[in-house]
Amino acid sequence: MVSSNGFEMHSSIIRYRIFPLGDSAITIDFGNCIDETLNKEVIRRFNQLQQQPFPGMIEAVPAYSSLTIHYDMVALRKKGTDALTIFQWVEQQLLERLEHPVKHSATKERCMKISVCYEKDFAPDIEQLAAIKNISVEEVIQFHTSKTYKVYMLGFLPGFTYMGEVDEKIAIPRKPQPVNIVAGSVGIAGKQTGIYPLASPGGWQIIGRTPLKLFDAKRDEPTLLRVGDLVQFYPVTKKEFEEIKITEL
Amino acid sequence: MSLKVIKSGILDTIQDNGRYGNQHLGINPAGAMDKYAMQVTNMLVGNKPGEAIIEMHFPAAVFMFTQPALIALGGADFSASINGEPVPTLHAIVVGKNDVLQFHKPVNGARVYLAVGGGLVADNWMNSYSTHLKAKAGGYQGRNLRKDDELLLRQPFSVSVQREEFIVLPWQADTKWSDDSKEILILPGNEWGRLTTESKENFTMTSFVITQQSDRMGYRLNNIPLHSITNEEVVSSAVSFGTIQLLPDGGLIVLMADHQTTGGYPRVAHVISAHHSKLAQMKAGDKIQFRLTDQQTAEELLIKQQQHLLQLQNACTFRLQQYFNK
Repeated sequence: MVSSNGFEMHSSIIRYRIFPLGDSAITIDFGNCIDETLNKEVIRRFNQLQQQPFPGMIEAVPAYSSLTIHYDMVALRKKGTDALTIFQWVEQQLLERLEHPVKHSATKERCMKISVCYEKDFAPDIEQLAAIKNISVEEVIQFHTSKTYKVYMLGFLPGFTYMGEVDEKIAIPRKPQPVNIVAGSVGIAGKQTGIYPLASPGGWQIIGRTPLKLFDAKRDEPTLLRVGDLVQFYPVTKKEFEEIKITEL
Repeated sequence: MSLKVIKSGILDTIQDNGRYGNQHLGINPAGAMDKYAMQVTNMLVGNKPGEAIIEMHFPAAVFMFTQPALIALGGADFSASINGEPVPTLHAIVVGKNDVLQFHKPVNGARVYLAVGGGLVADNWMNSYSTHLKAKAGGYQGRNLRKDDELLLRQPFSVSVQREEFIVLPWQADTKWSDDSKEILILPGNEWGRLTTESKENFTMTSFVITQQSDRMGYRLNNIPLHSITNEEVVSSAVSFGTIQLLPDGGLIVLMADHQTTGGYPRVAHVISAHHSKLAQMKAGDKIQFRLTDQQTAEELLIKQQQHLLQLQNACTFRLQQYFNK
């Protein structure tokens, strides 16, 4: 069943659209928007594919409201299918899965506590943000730490988390030009909040820094956070920051 | 048992097929820019096609072999020499102790591959030897090669060589697998429809120039510029090698081996996989002419390329056996 805007109807009323991402990947688009319900469906489908990959699947990449699957076209062609193109065959595999809703997983989301030092030296943009939003720096910290955020996706850099959504009172657009950002920096872009796991140019407004290593290539699981995690920030002093940082080395 | 870097190049790294299965963690695959050339070069020395290999840009490193080895060069032609004598690309070469390999000028292409028979000792990170420069992991200590680095060979080259000098083995790998066209074939992306009719025409009628802002992450093309019928934001979503993104200023960027896992710019088109190799050998100043194709053609071309590689692999194995057994 196809709705008027081209989105197929899902049995549990989550609409989606499938399109090719070049000749070796396919994207299931649940709606080009940041929405917790859609993101939950993305994560459910991602977990399903991780547990039961279809033949020829290389990997799945969850995003805010879409799930992309990279596949090995040559291997699939060798396997032989009666579909006109490998894309059509892969699409069929996905359509069959999407017909059946995924049961809500019994496992609870992980709740991760992330210490952040919001002091001036670590928060180059916090004063300006406070001024623009007409609140105090203390209120910025208060707003940022009073909510639990959802990790909607990872991308951009190894271990970079896109989380949401911050209170409207501290939401602020990203900078027009990227600047150099220190590893561990905690930033805001629109209603998103995120942490730079590595030093990188970036445009997010930086309001603090965590002493925790969000990414460490030497760990078995190199990223601290996973898609679907819940994150709670809590403020620490510069002294506490340094103490935690030593334990992270 | 090693090859020593006696002078560093501008960007020489160990690469392989790339690191898959971690893009959901934001860890991009990396891997060789020109995987076709990487495979051909490996086959020439009897390696498995995806063996870890050295990828070099110009100016490239100068190497000295501390032991005999079987090597091959593929991809770009940087006018290589051993001990000052020119050596061809796409041939297996037996090098001796203290032989010095260097590269003099870029003749064509952008990336040359150096394969060593039996493979190189390299760091495996998350199931790949590819150097991940941002994560500082994989390959050679997660970084580009520098002067005095010493790359160990996994196996000694055991065949005794009669002469003291290096030997260029007589056969050459035929890399031509299909089209000789200079065009880069593309598939329309999900946001292709956002381009105005005129911009769609410009996309394939005008040739673009690769600018200096081009590296292993992506190629920034010169501004034509292109126009969009909508400014509706694209929520961040996965991208791939060959994805062509439309930037806010109307310019284009073509994503290459070190591309990010996700992006928030409209994906107007995708370079077909079979043309990634051609694209990877282009450099700043080169012109790109795009032409639209369809899914079926894209798939058939990749299959054709793959079939050619298989034939080449068989031929290389046969020739090497014949040569070293006689």
